[in-house]
Amino acid sequence: MKAASMNAHPSLVIGEPVEIQDTAAQPDAMVRFENISKIYPAYRGKPGVSALQGIEFAIARGSITGVIGRSGAGKSSLVRLINGLEKPSTGRVVVDNRDISALTGRELRLAQRSIGMIFQHFNLLSSRTAADNIALPLEIAGWSKADIKARVTELLALVGIADKHDRYPSELSGGQKQRVGIARALATRPDVLLSDEATSALDPQTTRAILDLLANINRELGVTIVLITHEMSVVRQLAKEVVVLDAGRVVENGHVADIFTHPKHPITQSFLADGDSLPVSLVSRIVREPGSHAVIRVQVRGAGAGDTLVARLARELGLDVSLLSARIDEIGGQHVGSLVLGIPLDDSGGEGAATRALAWLSQYQISAERLGYVA
Amino acid sequence: MSPELINLIIQATFETLFMVGIAAALGTVFGLPLGVFLATSRKGELFAAPAVNAALGMVVNATRSTPFIILVVAIIPFTRLVAGTSIGSTAAIVPLTIASTPFIARLVEAAIREVDGGLIETASSFGASPLQIVFKVLIPEALSGLLLALTLAVVSLLGYSAMVGAVGGGGLGDLGIRYGYQRFMPEMMLAVVVVLIALVQLVQSAGDYLARRVNRRLRHR
Repeated sequence: MKAASMNAHPSLVIGEPVEIQDTAAQPDAMVRFENISKIYPAYRGKPGVSALQGIEFAIARGSITGVIGRSGAGKSSLVRLINGLEKPSTGRVVVDNRDISALTGRELRLAQRSIGMIFQHFNLLSSRTAADNIALPLEIAGWSKADIKARVTELLALVGIADKHDRYPSELSGGQKQRVGIARALATRPDVLLSDEATSALDPQTTRAILDLLANINRELGVTIVLITHEMSVVRQLAKEVVVLDAGRVVENGHVADIFTHPKHPITQSFLADGDSLPVSLVSRIVREPGSHAVIRVQVRGAGAGDTLVARLARELGLDVSLLSARIDEIGGQHVGSLVLGIPLDDSGGEGAATRALAWLSQYQISAERLGYVA
Repeated sequence: MSPELINLIIQATFETLFMVGIAAALGTVFGLPLGVFLATSRKGELFAAPAVNAALGMVVNATRSTPFIILVVAIIPFTRLVAGTSIGSTAAIVPLTIASTPFIARLVEAAIREVDGGLIETASSFGASPLQIVFKVLIPEALSGLLLALTLAVVSLLGYSAMVGAVGGGGLGDLGIRYGYQRFMPEMMLAVVVVLIALVQLVQSAGDYLARRVNRRLRHR
């Protein structure tokens, strides 16, 4: 196989490891899935399950990538392929230019030290204090007592719980437990941090704090973060890239801002609807029959998104545009907004103004849709 | 009660403690690894070896279902081989150890299976070897349950040790049968029962205390 590729790209391969040959397209990939499928064989009368099929994408070094899907979509299997807890049925998973799916035994265990993982239920040892929990991966890696002590102190400070050194998990809150989990995952200075629904057992405020901590870690340590979640809000707050999984397949992936403003797959749209719904009071006012105003929803994005849009629309078309609802979020570092506008119908009930407004918007490549009318 | 009789009781108590202590220690030495293996060797587990697991499980069940008094008699040749004799407290340690090993193994298996499987996955995720998982995760996390298991085993051994008296094993049971029953000395029988009750009470309280101390799942202070 090596010989064949050498013939194909003679200039590329000289002196380079085998793995790098076909990465020319994405030289900076930290994790690469190559034609992955995962099938759990039939066992004790239960039929076999095909958990993943035809998975092919790369995760850039230093990025934060969200993997979102409903339960049973294959998220957990996908993330466990990255640290070798599971093996693909076909294809390979390349992490930091090494085919981790081919490693076994001691080689695999050594590779796993450069991949940290945090869990929904924290998975701390109840018999160990916070400090000793963080020390565990270091003991396993064979660090000296003195080195472990220094590293643990450093990590407790990094995750902001230096005062909890001697506390047992039963004495810590959920957020504090996850901080211990994060410190433990980072102990051996990994290049990749995997997060398996790490905030799903936490309240919204604690979730925000933990996601902020993860963002800091990504920024300051350059750790590549892969987070699997079923919550759009987590992806929205933290991730730059998103991969949408459904029934074991990648149905959509790309920059968060692109996917969120132009979702193509129904699953993505349903995720967005969860967090992007209109105020109930407005929804109840929107009707199908023509009323006084046509209702248009406008998606805006980019720096200063929507700042002057309404004013310009009103001035240039000479319309008394009314703002019914507006929301602007920061998603993946970009401002993304959704404005709901009321455009007055003509005296005769004609829709000339609304049509002109839609034409004006499309002229600036701003996506807009008709929702109905309000009385 | 005469000083001679009191001396007999004290001597028998030490014989019982000797038999039970050594048998419990040996039973733990053999039963702990066996129990850990039984708990980790089914299909897909840490030391997956389903055939060996099934075979060992059958041996354990066979030993456990043999009534103790029959086991004592049945293995007399083996006892003589190991201890050089088949009578006395030292000889009694052999059947007591053989009976307690599978019992402790099953209790250990149950305690180890109580440990959250997520912790095994967690330790694997940062590259722990199977043996490291046993010594750094499974045993420390199951310690409270293991101590309760050992307590239960010691209490059961106190009962078994009374039965080896029937084959000249010595100890409190032997004393109770020979003096209390065969010589019809109810006060001797009562004294033996009271000492056994006190021993069981002591062992159970000590075991409960230790198990509670190492259990960090509960809040302390």
